[in-house]
Amino acid sequence: MNAIKVAGSVGSGATSAVEVVAESLERIAARNEELNVFVHLDPEGALAAAARVDERVAAGERLPLAGVPVALKDNLCVRGQPTTAGSRILAGWRPPYDATVVARLAVAGAVALGKANMDEFAMGSSTETSAYGPTRNPLDPTRVPGGSSGGSAAAVAAGMAPIALGSDTGGSIRQPAALCGLVGVKPTYGLVSRYGLIAFASSLDQIGPFAATVAEAALVLEVIAGHDPLDTTSLAEPAPELSTHLDDGVAGRRVGLCRELVEGADPEVVAAVARAAEALARAGATIEEVSIPELKLGLSAYYLIAPAEASSNLARYDGVRYGLRVEGPDVEAMNVATRTVGFGDEVKRRVMLGTYALSAGYYDAYYGQALKVRTRMIEAFARAYARVDTLLGATAPSVAFALGAKTQDPLAMYLSDVFTIPTNLAGEAALSVPFGTGEAGLPIGVQLLGPARSEAGLLAAARVLEAEEGR
Amino acid sequence: MSLPEGWEMVVGLEVHTELLTRTKLFCGCANAFGAEPNTQTCPVCLGLPGSLPVLNRRAVELAMAIGLALHATVSPSTFHRKNYFYPDMPKDFQISQYDRPINAGGYLDLPDGSRVGVERAHLEEDTGKSTHLGGTGRIHGAERSLVDYNRSGVPLVEIVSAPDIRSAAQARAYAAELRGILIASGASDGRMEEGSMRIDANVSVHRVGEPFGTRCEMKNLNSLRSLQRAIDYEAERQYALVASGGVVRQETRHWDEDRGVTSTMRSKEEADDYRYFQEPDLVDLAPEAAWVETVRAGLGPMPAERRARLAALLEDPTEAQLDAVGTVVDLGVDGFVEAAVAAGVEADRAIARAANELAGEAHERPGLSEQSFAATLRLEQSGDLSATQAKTVLSTLALAGGDPATVARELGFERMASGELEGLLERLVGEHPDEWRRYDEGDDKLAQFFTGQVMRATRGQADGKAVLEVLRARRGR
Repeated sequence: MNAIKVAGSVGSGATSAVEVVAESLERIAARNEELNVFVHLDPEGALAAAARVDERVAAGERLPLAGVPVALKDNLCVRGQPTTAGSRILAGWRPPYDATVVARLAVAGAVALGKANMDEFAMGSSTETSAYGPTRNPLDPTRVPGGSSGGSAAAVAAGMAPIALGSDTGGSIRQPAALCGLVGVKPTYGLVSRYGLIAFASSLDQIGPFAATVAEAALVLEVIAGHDPLDTTSLAEPAPELSTHLDDGVAGRRVGLCRELVEGADPEVVAAVARAAEALARAGATIEEVSIPELKLGLSAYYLIAPAEASSNLARYDGVRYGLRVEGPDVEAMNVATRTVGFGDEVKRRVMLGTYALSAGYYDAYYGQALKVRTRMIEAFARAYARVDTLLGATAPSVAFALGAKTQDPLAMYLSDVFTIPTNLAGEAALSVPFGTGEAGLPIGVQLLGPARSEAGLLAAARVLEAEEGR
Repeated sequence: MSLPEGWEMVVGLEVHTELLTRTKLFCGCANAFGAEPNTQTCPVCLGLPGSLPVLNRRAVELAMAIGLALHATVSPSTFHRKNYFYPDMPKDFQISQYDRPINAGGYLDLPDGSRVGVERAHLEEDTGKSTHLGGTGRIHGAERSLVDYNRSGVPLVEIVSAPDIRSAAQARAYAAELRGILIASGASDGRMEEGSMRIDANVSVHRVGEPFGTRCEMKNLNSLRSLQRAIDYEAERQYALVASGGVVRQETRHWDEDRGVTSTMRSKEEADDYRYFQEPDLVDLAPEAAWVETVRAGLGPMPAERRARLAALLEDPTEAQLDAVGTVVDLGVDGFVEAAVAAGVEADRAIARAANELAGEAHERPGLSEQSFAATLRLEQSGDLSATQAKTVLSTLALAGGDPATVARELGFERMASGELEGLLERLVGEHPDEWRRYDEGDDKLAQFFTGQVMRATRGQADGKAVLEVLRARRGR
């Protein structure tokens, strides 16, 4: 199921959106129990929405995503639908409003199937911290799909939906895309409105698409991008044209093969990145080896900044207004009991870490220092982009790993995102595109990085690699 | 009260004022007092997951207006999160300003000639309002707490004075003058009783010449009177403590208006660590110079200038007249006085009538214009209306509107012909000989009786003073 073909077929009346959505629901029914992809499904609502799309098409509306089923990460608010961010603390909460991206997808004719599983509050790299159980990788159900947007990636990889939305705070779109053999885009900070995205770390969070192909990912990004008055951090410009630039190629493009973005990766991953460089060179790019030592500081800065913001963003889950409440003798006891029961270990770990980093007497040494590192990272990227147009590296250090392999070792888990985190700190653009396979035939993702607003160029380069692979 | 010779109190005030915006600081919900609980809320001001703040442009303008009226500098600023848990704060953090406030470094001149520094005046959002049922009425020990989030996200400006204040009376004068400025700048309605202006006072005592003492912060000061009483009480308490060899602990204290005492709310050791950090959901606020100048140009004259302008209309004003001038400015009815004076009314009369007859809100007197006010006072000045009648005409105009002369005629307020009053009194004396005899013999209380009779007979047309004069003139004849 290809989103562009579906939209064409439904748009021309050759197929109905209802048929398309019914097929998606069948595929979900076939494998959801095994894979635990969707934590909430609304088959009737999806079919009703599909019927409305068919009416709009019949009335002559031209819809770029007519009848295209979409999986939504469970941290995206959908009016009236359970939205839990993978946490027990939001069990039963139904938002009274739609996230901007959800509304834009609906306007474009896409049909939301339900809510895809995720690491609790997007804190994790394997979808194993979800309060609703882990999601399994459709390509090998003994392995993780990556995370935190593992449910979204698995939905596309399992053919349940041609496209999905995830959010990427430190790699949460790109890493699962790599582990599931998909294209995943982390757009420039501000390109896509965050309104209605349940915040993890506000200065790092960004919503982006998953798809099997570059063209589909580009189309979805065009639909969801563009200024939103409800998010003052969104860029004050309309959505960029991406689809029309997909075949621009990379002739004359200066590509930097970045040492720090492959260091420590499995040899098969390093080899895939090298082959990607060769492919780009054959397509006319000039390849240059670059080193950006500052990128090595990314992980430690990230694990101060993201938890600091999270400790504040997650304070509101106090049992007073919505979601879980565990009663206590007074308000404070109720707050504590609710949060003790409602949050999982990884969330508690990060809330404590972040609270500590912001505390009087520690702020300068931790949070303040991390902000300085972040500034240095931005400057280092800027210097690199003065020399090259695009950076190339690995997305994740390895192919999909086994369920449970890293759950007892938070640091090992954090290292899954070592190559993806720097882009979030800089607020820039990056994507992961499948390129070759490794152990057990599992997909490897290579990462293409560019400065802010470089999505069109990154997608065109990804298209070159995709074509090289015969897709 | 006064501290002993050689001692003084040091006071700094933190004034929170709600801004008169149509909508809240970060969302489109109505900013209005008194609606049904939790009817003026949305995902943003309820802090629902996924919601984001969008800064209200008008609130920024009003904050700048306050800063400019206080001679402060408007600078590029940032928003920070002040993190602490409280049920009436839906996000469990307050969006405020921290190290880069929108206004810094101003001052306020008081009527007594003293100057109080203003360190900063920054923007922040208000919290919801809790009602604690059972127990002491405070959160601890309450059986149940109810929260109304209508106020959550209402724009506030917090104005922090320098510790320049040296008496409770000066603190009161500062608060009163600031209130006038907030109203004059259009930023606030200054209603302390509705909580749209709230004051916290930092108080310490020290021996003059020595370093400042440890300060305590007074809360729950709901009127200017409370402010003054609480500061005096607290300074005395601290002096007594220090004089008897004790030490003042830095703490937050609650003013009990009924008992007239302050008591510990929380000590510094229990104070929250607010873990301030820059609000990532908002961009920096950097008003362009042209915008700042537009706001500055839009500021009307402040109370001090307006008082001076009105006082200049009076020749050698008395204390009482100056009080009336202050009242006129507080009420914001200078325009009425100026219109009346321009129409030829004596300034003294115009100021007195404006101070006494124009209390209350402008919307409570929709029918009264500056022109009809001036015209009524002219009728009074020319003797066509008595003082009593003029006041009645004003209150009638206030509600119903119309032309003063016509209204006066409709009320039956015809000028009494010369000799008419004497004739009427002759008739009344004839009808009430006993009362007249008692008055004539010196029982002044009976003057009231005759005045009442005259008023009834003339349906209030007569001038009370004139009646008394005629009565006195007839006495002993």
